[in-house]
Amino acid sequence: MIAVIALIAGAALGIVFHPAVPPALQPYLPIAVVAALDAVFGGVRAKLDGIFDDKQFVISFISNVLVAALIVYLGDQLGVGGQLSTGVVVVLGVRIFGNVAAIRRHLFRA
Amino acid sequence: MTDEPELPTAGRKPPHTDEPVAMLDESPAEPAASAFPAAADDEPPPVEPRPADDSVADEADGRTGEEAQAEPERVTDAKPGRKRRLTSAGALIAVLLAVFGFTLVVQLRSNDGDQGLATARQEDLVRILSDLDSRDSRLQSEINGLESSQRQLTSGVAGRQAALTEADKRADELGLLAGTLPGRGPGLRIVMDKVNAAAILNAVQELRGAGGEVMQLYGSDGTAVRIVASSFFVDADGGGLVADGIALSGPYTLDVIGPPQTMQTALQIPGGVVASVNSDGGSVTLEQRTMVEVTALRKATTLQYARPAS
Repeated sequence: MIAVIALIAGAALGIVFHPAVPPALQPYLPIAVVAALDAVFGGVRAKLDGIFDDKQFVISFISNVLVAALIVYLGDQLGVGGQLSTGVVVVLGVRIFGNVAAIRRHLFRA
Repeated sequence: MTDEPELPTAGRKPPHTDEPVAMLDESPAEPAASAFPAAADDEPPPVEPRPADDSVADEADGRTGEEAQAEPERVTDAKPGRKRRLTSAGALIAVLLAVFGFTLVVQLRSNDGDQGLATARQEDLVRILSDLDSRDSRLQSEINGLESSQRQLTSGVAGRQAALTEADKRADELGLLAGTLPGRGPGLRIVMDKVNAAAILNAVQELRGAGGEVMQLYGSDGTAVRIVASSFFVDADGGGLVADGIALSGPYTLDVIGPPQTMQTALQIPGGVVASVNSDGGSVTLEQRTMVEVTALRKATTLQYARPAS
């Protein structure tokens, strides 16, 4: 419940303050958001599976975000930033789909 | 909750059921508390469904596998001091999720608002710029080509017009000389009576030499003959004259366009046309006119043999 409230509160803050994304973060923020989305869905799935662990979630959340941003940064340095971020998004998208499929099985039995 | 004791595979159930209850008491707002019992109810063996789950979730197994290992561990030894750890971790999760929601919204709105170029990568921008540059230069060269062809066409039109004007002028001059166009201008009117063809021819040649350009010859009945380079004069039987095949009778009137004073002088020189006609018993009168109209025409002839050499 706290998590949902925090999510909503963060979104509300974002809407209220509407800050500009610093240019240095612009390539990484979308990837980080997708990675965090994957972590959140993984957490929900683990919760439904009954194997949710706080520490696990926190660490996986942070490391997912950092690793995704790092990969994109590395790709930018190597000159393949665009392709690499596409690859990261594809991988994270597949994971999100898998997690959502598991959540769906839990919720709808289908 | 009431069903739980009846569930067959309750190997891990009791710890689980204990846990949510305790969590509900200690931190009622923790999502785990609300979701956990439901999950435990729905899926008695939590480990079982996951391998059978699907192959799609393979990517996630790295983490979930760890969690599966971590879970029994937590169940066994995390009981003492769980309250403190849970609240701090819960607060961390709340902060993380708040940050996540914040960045999600920020990213969505920044993506919403920008026009596409602001977030484009540097190499994309460079590519777009060079595309625009090459397109610009292509269009510029097209403009140059079109402008030069426009200049060419304009000058071509001007040249054609000049050539046409020149050709018109030339055609007029040639038409006057060939007798196909009527002419007008200053000149002389010469009336000759009782003369023969030789005297007429003399007068014509003298006038040409003095600058006469266009001539016509009337008979007394008004019949007019245009005199050109190929004109001929023959004495007709029983008096009169045949000029270019047309019979004329005297007195003859010769209209000529040219410099009037010069032509009059040329005709009146001693031993000239006037003198010889007078000595032969004929008469010549000269009249200078500021405007002489030559209206008699000849049909244009088609040359049968001669061709331009160039």
